[in-house]
Amino acid sequence: MIVAKIKFSDVSVEFPIFNAKGRSFTSRILQIATGGKLDSDGQGHISVRALSGLSFEISEGERVGLLGHNGAGKSTLLRVLTRAYVPRKGIADIEGRVGSLIDIALGINPEATGIENVYLRAALLGLPKDLVRENIEEIRSFSELGNFLEMPVRTYSTGMHLRLAFAVSTLVSPEILIMDEWLSVGDEGFKQKAEQRLTSMVSKSKILVIASHDRSLIEATCNRAIWLEHGKIVKDGPATAVAAAYWGNR
Amino acid sequence: MRSNLLERLPLAFLLGSQDVRQAYRRSVVGPFWITAGMALQIATIGLVFGILFKSNMQEYLPYLAVSIIVWGFISGVINESCLAFISAENIIKQTDVPLYVYVFRSLWKNILVFGHHLVILPVVFLIVWRGINWNLVFFLPGFLLVLLNLAWIGFVLASISSRYRDLPPIITSLTGIAFFITPVMWTPELLGNAETQHLLLGLNPFYHFLQIVRLPILGQSPTLENWAISLLVAGIGWLSAYLVHRRFSKMIAYWV
Repeated sequence: MIVAKIKFSDVSVEFPIFNAKGRSFTSRILQIATGGKLDSDGQGHISVRALSGLSFEISEGERVGLLGHNGAGKSTLLRVLTRAYVPRKGIADIEGRVGSLIDIALGINPEATGIENVYLRAALLGLPKDLVRENIEEIRSFSELGNFLEMPVRTYSTGMHLRLAFAVSTLVSPEILIMDEWLSVGDEGFKQKAEQRLTSMVSKSKILVIASHDRSLIEATCNRAIWLEHGKIVKDGPATAVAAAYWGNR
Repeated sequence: MRSNLLERLPLAFLLGSQDVRQAYRRSVVGPFWITAGMALQIATIGLVFGILFKSNMQEYLPYLAVSIIVWGFISGVINESCLAFISAENIIKQTDVPLYVYVFRSLWKNILVFGHHLVILPVVFLIVWRGINWNLVFFLPGFLLVLLNLAWIGFVLASISSRYRDLPPIITSLTGIAFFITPVMWTPELLGNAETQHLLLGLNPFYHFLQIVRLPILGQSPTLENWAISLLVAGIGWLSAYLVHRRFSKMIAYWV
């Protein structure tokens, strides 16, 4: 039995911001050759601190909502949780298989056919080929794409595009599920199906972390909320309490 | 946590194949497009330099065809791997797909293109009526050793390129220069047997890479020096790639 657990100790993330010179190999070489005195500002070592000194623990069964204004560090935190960013300082210990529904269309190649993209998406998510092969008909019917699955994705409408991405991305339930706002795809009919699948995916996951600006979503889905501001935790506690502090009492 | 280090290798193969398919997807002649372009290049250079060097076409044309195809593979991997991380920016910033996948992707893509080019060789050999011999068995180890070298070169270049964005064009011009100082179009014998020859060729790792792949196809055996230097470069290279990995791999997501 795999235990899902997230433990952050003093996690900081800084983004280096390079100017044109800081991006240049030739000016770096010149700098070394001239003893580093060519241009005092040449390195362009400016960095933006997106997360600073975060410490928290999330254990199984917790449904965590991330609150905060744009630029508060929510997306960066989600990317640390998907293990894309390794913190510059501190330790982010993430145990369990992480599944991200942040960008479900990631890696889709418009020139390739629907089928090819199913395999591509699945490989990107780390799903085995056999699993996709077994489920290809299920994906075909769920996405309602029918014979369009043999057509290049560039011929798809936006809705079809999303239905395909959704069908593949929700093929398996990860232990730790990461979302940026609740996913809502397609027209009324599909929306319901998608809703159902997403809800079951969430309930099968052991940990959910979702960033959202939607108060009712946070209060309905989450049992805990973390309010971020300028990369720091303002308040961490039961979802209703934090939501009340963030949005004000109703 | 990760059950096996090469778990994500299938993704590299898939992405690489997609890259090749992309190249001829909308073209009428399909995969033939890749082959035709190379055939044309060999024919033109063969004609011009065959006349310039007044060479014996039966000797020169197979030599040139093999050399250009192998060189195209080596320089293709080097040039494209500079962009391996930069072009995968979206994936790198959102997933934990290990970085070697992107290097393998450009390796695999170029192996496939190399395969498309190899079909030219039987035609050329048939035209000039030239055979192959048992030395061909050295092709596989030679090719693998070159792959081993290109893997570390690709990883190091991809890493540095994601930090310093003017590196890819610099590398492209350097491989362009290397094309002329390495005997690709011209034969090593043209240099004569002077000290300078040994220095110019011996110190050029690309010369040795080229030799261990092309000589077996041309029915000759690479020298011990070719093998030794290629192996030595691979050893030093993998060590430096390891150091680059240890020092910078965590930074790549922030750089791309």
